[in-house]
Amino acid sequence: MIGKCARGIFGLLAVIAGLGITGGAQAQPIVGIPHDWQVNFPPSYTPLMERVASLNDLLLVIITLICIFVLALLLYAMWRFHAARNPTPTTTTHNTVLEVAWTVVPILILVVIAIPSFRLLYYGDKLAEAPVTIKVVGHQWYWSYEYPDQGNFRIESRILSEADRLKQKPNMPRMLAVDEEMVVPVGTNIRIIGTAADSMHGWTVPGFGIKKTVIPGRINEGWINVTKEGYYFGQCSQICGNNHSYMPIAVKAVAKPEFDKWVEQKKASAGLSPATDLASATAPANR
Amino acid sequence: MATAHGAAHDHGSHAHGHDEHHTPTGWRRYVYSTNHKDIGTMYLVFAIGAALIGATFSVIMRLELLQPGVQYFNAADGTPNGHLWNTVVTAHGLIMVFFVVMPALIGGFGNWFVPLMIGAPDMAFPRMNNISFWLLPPAFLLLLASALIGGGVGTGWTIYPPLTIQQGAGMDLAIFSLHIAGASSILGAINFITTIFNMRAPGMTLHRMPLFAWSILVTAFLLLLALPVLAGAITMLLTDRNFGTHFFDAAGGGDPTLFLHLFWFFGHPEVYIMILPAFGIVSHIISTFSKKPIFGYLGMAYAMVAIGVVGFVVWAHHMYTVGMDVDTRAYFVAATMVIAVPTGVKIFSWIATMWGGSIRLEVPMLWAIGFIFLFTVGGVTGVVLANAGVDYALHNTYYVIAHFHYVLSLGAVFGMFAGYYYWIGKMSGRQYPEWAAQIHFWTTFIGVNLTFFPMHFSGLAGMPRHYVDYPDAMWHWNYISSLGAFLSFGSTLFWLVFVVFGGLLAGRKVGANYWGEGATTLEWTVPSPPPFHTFEELPHISPAAHP
Repeated sequence: MIGKCARGIFGLLAVIAGLGITGGAQAQPIVGIPHDWQVNFPPSYTPLMERVASLNDLLLVIITLICIFVLALLLYAMWRFHAARNPTPTTTTHNTVLEVAWTVVPILILVVIAIPSFRLLYYGDKLAEAPVTIKVVGHQWYWSYEYPDQGNFRIESRILSEADRLKQKPNMPRMLAVDEEMVVPVGTNIRIIGTAADSMHGWTVPGFGIKKTVIPGRINEGWINVTKEGYYFGQCSQICGNNHSYMPIAVKAVAKPEFDKWVEQKKASAGLSPATDLASATAPANR
Repeated sequence: MATAHGAAHDHGSHAHGHDEHHTPTGWRRYVYSTNHKDIGTMYLVFAIGAALIGATFSVIMRLELLQPGVQYFNAADGTPNGHLWNTVVTAHGLIMVFFVVMPALIGGFGNWFVPLMIGAPDMAFPRMNNISFWLLPPAFLLLLASALIGGGVGTGWTIYPPLTIQQGAGMDLAIFSLHIAGASSILGAINFITTIFNMRAPGMTLHRMPLFAWSILVTAFLLLLALPVLAGAITMLLTDRNFGTHFFDAAGGGDPTLFLHLFWFFGHPEVYIMILPAFGIVSHIISTFSKKPIFGYLGMAYAMVAIGVVGFVVWAHHMYTVGMDVDTRAYFVAATMVIAVPTGVKIFSWIATMWGGSIRLEVPMLWAIGFIFLFTVGGVTGVVLANAGVDYALHNTYYVIAHFHYVLSLGAVFGMFAGYYYWIGKMSGRQYPEWAAQIHFWTTFIGVNLTFFPMHFSGLAGMPRHYVDYPDAMWHWNYISSLGAFLSFGSTLFWLVFVVFGGLLAGRKVGANYWGEGATTLEWTVPSPPPFHTFEELPHISPAAHP
């Protein structure tokens, strides 16, 4: 019954979405969105996420085996030692070998987990060098992105109302489409520094392997390197008040020349381009 | 086997002999109560009432999330009222933590059975016990009022600033509510520690003490050390809000993350406070229905101590994403994973207790075995989340919701129901109706798993918590979660009507030890229900006794 109901409603949604796609004119494919019946991480869109997913795959195998092992022991004990089959209980309450084993074996399993875990932790921490830095600022309830290395212009990214989404970006999912995406060049190390203006917010994109709680008065650093062109979507991940559900994160990854073109255009509209490009004029030589 | 002398003596013949044996009646019996059993009963009744309110909030939430789009949480102008949503989420969390799980497991079963198990006539400070309980209803009323006054508190149960600074007057009420509930718990903790250290019957050394008493002892220490930190933190929040201090305000030189550290220094031990008593209850049930003493008794007791100690040094694993130094994060990864070791000792010792036993699958045993498996599932996802690198992808998603509901809603709550079925005959003198208990167990078991297992998938797909709506592609798993929640809630109402009321009114009358020879602790030596005053002559625990 659930299935029928699900198929019915989703069929309808698919028709609506299908109608929408013909109206859209975006050059980039829509990559980073959730899918029906999704049961695992989205595909990895950054090298960091590849490692996150690979550690999670290892963990998934280990934890599944542990759960099956415990379940099997419980079911076997319930059957084999049921009062009907085993009317006289033993009086065993100690077994040193066993007790040492179930202390030491979990430790060994944890060591197996810890080694790749620490490697991942340090790999994901910071970049020594980054050609592009983007300052992410969380606001109630929208995001702003600043590009300090590209002339320090600033864009604001707000959710599209449902009416506007259907008019402007009908092929993008409800709740995720924004008026202006954060644009990044593909295949480039990008430093993300995050802070917030009013309340904490959480900047993340599933499939990027990054989540930064951005906090007023503090800078929180991370990095991404998006491997494929396209649109990617995330949602604010720290409760921040009334419209917490309605400040999506949208990232548009484009080829480098296109990124440069976009930067020039933004600089021009910000009145920064090209002669007043103070930031790059005063940048240290080793940048 | 514990042998108790003089425990079940004929109480009736004494009852009119001494004035102090006078049993108060009517409202005085409860409002003025200094009796651990009556206070325990009041705690349990209070927790059931609060649970119905907290569960109603969760059903409202699942009703909203049944379909994409905002169905019910709309403001007058038709836009989504996210703040109201956040208020309901916050109320659900705070009620379940402070007014359901803690009162039921510690105040309810702890009060009832710690004195009985250690052979004490009552708690060490009976009047303090009274105020411990009677602080809770005003705290609960303040919390309910906080959701109604000044627009409500829409911050999540973690009440992080600066969002908490922005809230209306309801926030101050919520802070006072936590102050009072915390004071209640601290007084209770002092009472338990004193009782367990000083009032054990002759011959009952700490190493012969039943594991439930051990679990309450460890829990009481956690409460005593953790709650004052919460009290300090929320007092600083209060002065930040009202008196212009800037403890947590970056603009005034403060730091919001300071609150996070203080909160989780309390908050992480708090989750063990909620689960350790359930560990104790499960140990007794597994032992009773396997007709075997618990396997590795000392290991079981000290595993709880170890969990309690290590539980104090892992708090920042709730804060991997806030920008702590990477070496600090590495430490918290390592420390957090260590907790899996004593927890594993407990899981395997329970199974080893069943091994070679003579197992009866009575209803309490079903809940206890269900607890072991579901707690394992919740525990292993905890190991996943302990890895900071993976946690970046999962932090604040439904994966975390699934994890902590598996250990609390399917862990602590299963422990509560297990305790109810195990002890209701002892507490009331009447056994639960078997048919209703079976239906309740299986519908709850299916319901909660339907509710929470799909949340792992929603979380992996990236669905963040505290969301009133979600992208349409996340609909399927949310739909199933909601159906599971409705089934669980229906099951709980069924329990209340048929098991609780049905059992108390028409249940079969039971004797002192209705579980038979597997039940060896002292509470089974007194009649069911126990007389108003138990152990007027202290029982003596023979040196051969082993729990």
